[in-house]
Amino acid sequence: MAKKKPKLAVWKFASCDGCQLTLLDCEDELVTLAGAVEIAYFVEASRSHVRGPYDLSLVDGSITTLHDADLVQEVRRTSKVLVTLGACATAGGIQTLRNFTDVEEYAAAVYPRPEYIETLKTSTPVSAHVPVDCEVRGCPPNKGQLLSVVGAYLQGRAPVLPQYSVCLECKLRGNICVLVARGLPCMGPVTMAGCGALCPTYHRACYACFGPKETPNTASLSGRFKGLKLKEDQLVRLFRTFYAGAEAFRQESEAHEK
Amino acid sequence: MKSKTIKVPHLARVEGEGGLHIKIKGGRVEEVKLQIFEPPRFFEAFLRGRHFTEAPDLTSRVCGICPVAYQMSAVHALEDALDVKVTGPLRALRRLLYCGEWIESHALHILMLHAPDFLGYPDAFRMARDHPEMVKLGLRLKKAGNTLVAFLGGREIHPINVRVGGFYQVPTRSELATLTDELKWARDTARETVRWASGFDFPDFEPDYEFVALRHESEYPLNEGRLVSSQGLDIGIKEYEDHFEETQAPYSHALQSAHRGRGPYLVGPLARFSLNFDRLPPLAQDAARDAGLGPVCRNPFQSIIVRGVEILFAVEEALSIIDAYEMPEDPAVPLEPRPATGFGCTEAPRGILFHRYEIDHQGLIVKAKLVPPTAQNQKMMERDLHDYVTPRLDLPDDKLTWQCEQLIRNYDPCISCATHFLRVDIDRG
Repeated sequence: MAKKKPKLAVWKFASCDGCQLTLLDCEDELVTLAGAVEIAYFVEASRSHVRGPYDLSLVDGSITTLHDADLVQEVRRTSKVLVTLGACATAGGIQTLRNFTDVEEYAAAVYPRPEYIETLKTSTPVSAHVPVDCEVRGCPPNKGQLLSVVGAYLQGRAPVLPQYSVCLECKLRGNICVLVARGLPCMGPVTMAGCGALCPTYHRACYACFGPKETPNTASLSGRFKGLKLKEDQLVRLFRTFYAGAEAFRQESEAHEK
Repeated sequence: MKSKTIKVPHLARVEGEGGLHIKIKGGRVEEVKLQIFEPPRFFEAFLRGRHFTEAPDLTSRVCGICPVAYQMSAVHALEDALDVKVTGPLRALRRLLYCGEWIESHALHILMLHAPDFLGYPDAFRMARDHPEMVKLGLRLKKAGNTLVAFLGGREIHPINVRVGGFYQVPTRSELATLTDELKWARDTARETVRWASGFDFPDFEPDYEFVALRHESEYPLNEGRLVSSQGLDIGIKEYEDHFEETQAPYSHALQSAHRGRGPYLVGPLARFSLNFDRLPPLAQDAARDAGLGPVCRNPFQSIIVRGVEILFAVEEALSIIDAYEMPEDPAVPLEPRPATGFGCTEAPRGILFHRYEIDHQGLIVKAKLVPPTAQNQKMMERDLHDYVTPRLDLPDDKLTWQCEQLIRNYDPCISCATHFLRVDIDRG
C-alpha cells in the first residue's frame, strides 16, 4: 500500500501575502512538491480544505487582532511542525511600527471611521503566542531556504539555516564592501544572511530585511554610521524597518530616540 | 420562494482574507456584503516621518503580488514632488520591470487562480493531474515574468533595485539581451494561452461598467498617462481626488472608492483594454480578435482572455525595449528635497494605483495617501454580485456559491492591498 502523504497547511495572518507567494513562485519545484505532500489547507491556492491535524504548517503574517491570537493557538494545536515564514511571522513585520506609538492615532490617520477597525495595540510574531519549530527569515524569504526547510521536514531531519551575517555572503560573491569603499550605511554587518547579499551586489546598502544575525553588535555599527555623519533620527529609521520588532533592533532604535 | 443566505466564509484563490455574504429574501437579493477582514497595517500612518527615499521599499510591502506597482506609483509621485523627470533608458527600464510584473501576476491568475473555475477544479494542483501540459506552460510563463523582475529588481518579491530617480544599478546591453530567447518563447505561449482561454464557457453577463484607466498619447498604459473613463472623464492624475472619493463600510477593513457623481466604477484589465485597444500592438489586437473579442469587452468572466492579451502586450513591449536599449551613463538622476506635494498613478496588474505624498524641506513624509485598485473595485464587485445572482436564484446553493466566488475571482482581487477578502455567504434566511 502506498505511504500516506504528509499534510501541508499554509496559514495567513497580517501580511502582504508575499511569503505564501514565495511558495507559488517555486515554478520549477511546485508540481514536484504538490506530488510529495497533500496540500490540505492553502486558501490562496485552493477552494478545497482538508481538516487537520497537519504534519507541516507554514505560517505567514503577524498577530494583530484578537481573532488571530485565538486562531494561532488552533494552528499550533493542529500542527505537528509549525514553521514561520518571513519578517511578519518571525518578528511582527513592518506593521510593528505601531508598537512604538499609539495605534488609535494610527487608525484615525488612515480611516474616516476608526471605530469600525478591530485591531490590537501591537503587532507580534507567532513565537510570542505559541512555540515555533523553525523560523525562516526574510522580507520576503529566499525560495531556496524555504524549499530546504520544507524538504528537511519531509525527510524527517532538522533544517539548517545560516546564523552568520550578510558580510560573509558579500565576501563569497566577491563584492566590494559598500560601507568601506562607498561610505554607504550598510546594515549587512548586523543582518542575518540568506538573501545572497542582494543589495550590496546592486551597489546599495543592505536594509536588514532578514533581521538581526546571531549576537549582532548594533551599537558598534551605529558608532560607525555616526562617523558617516548620520544623525540620530536616521539611525532610528535604519533599525526600525521590517525587523523593528526583533529584540536587538528594537533596543538599538530606542537608544537613538530622543 | 424561500429565503436563504449564501455564505463563503473564506474566499479562496485570492490574495488576502475576505468573505462574501449574500442575503436572499422573497425571491430577491436583499443584501450583498463583501467583507474584508484582512487586518489593517496602517501604511499611511507609519509613512509619516519616514524619508522619501524609503517610500518605494516601504510601500512595496503593501502587496507581495504587485510590489513593482507600489514602487512605480511611489517613485512617480515623489519625482513629481521634487520636480524631476526620469526619461530615456531609465524610463524604458521601469516599463520593462513593470512588464515583468504584469506577466508574472497575470500568468499566476490565469493558470493558478482563475482557470480551475472554468474547468471545474478546486485548484491548479488537481487541474494539473488532467491538464499537466497547460499547467507546466503556465508556470514557465509566470517564471519568464519573474525572471525579468528578478533580473532588473534583484528578486521577484519586493525588488531592491528601484529608487526615486531611477535604479541603484543598471544592466549592460548584452546582459539584457540574455532575456530575449525566453521572452520569444513566452510570446508564442501567451498567444496559445489566449486561444486556450477563449474556448472556455462564459456566462452571459455584460454589466454597463464605467471603465477607468490611464491613457497615454502613444503607449498602452503602464507608468504614465491621463485618467480617462468610458463616460467621458479625461483628467490629469492630480485631479483624481476631486473626482473620486473613499468611504468606509462597518463590515469591511478596506476603504471603498466611488466616482463622486456616478458611484461604482471598474479598473483593471477590462477597463484598460476597452479604453486602450488602439494602443495595443497588432499582434495583441489580432490575438484578441481571433479569441472573439471586440475592441470593448464588458464580460468580467472574459477577463481571463484579456489578461492573456495583456501578457502578449507585455512580452512584445519587453522585447522591443530590450532591442532598443542603450545603457545610460548614470543609474539615477540627482534629487534635492524641497517641501511639496506629489502625485503618482500607474497601472498595477489589477488596475490604477494612486499615491500622493506631501514632503517637507528635509525630505521627510508629512502625509501619504495610497488608493489600491481592489479598494476601487469593491463597490463594483458588490453590484456585479447583486446583478449576477438576481436572475440565477433557482440554482442550487453549491453551484450558486461557486459562481459567486468565480465572479469575485474575475477581479483578481488583492485583499492585502485593499485593506490597507474571500468568504461567500448566501443567506436565504
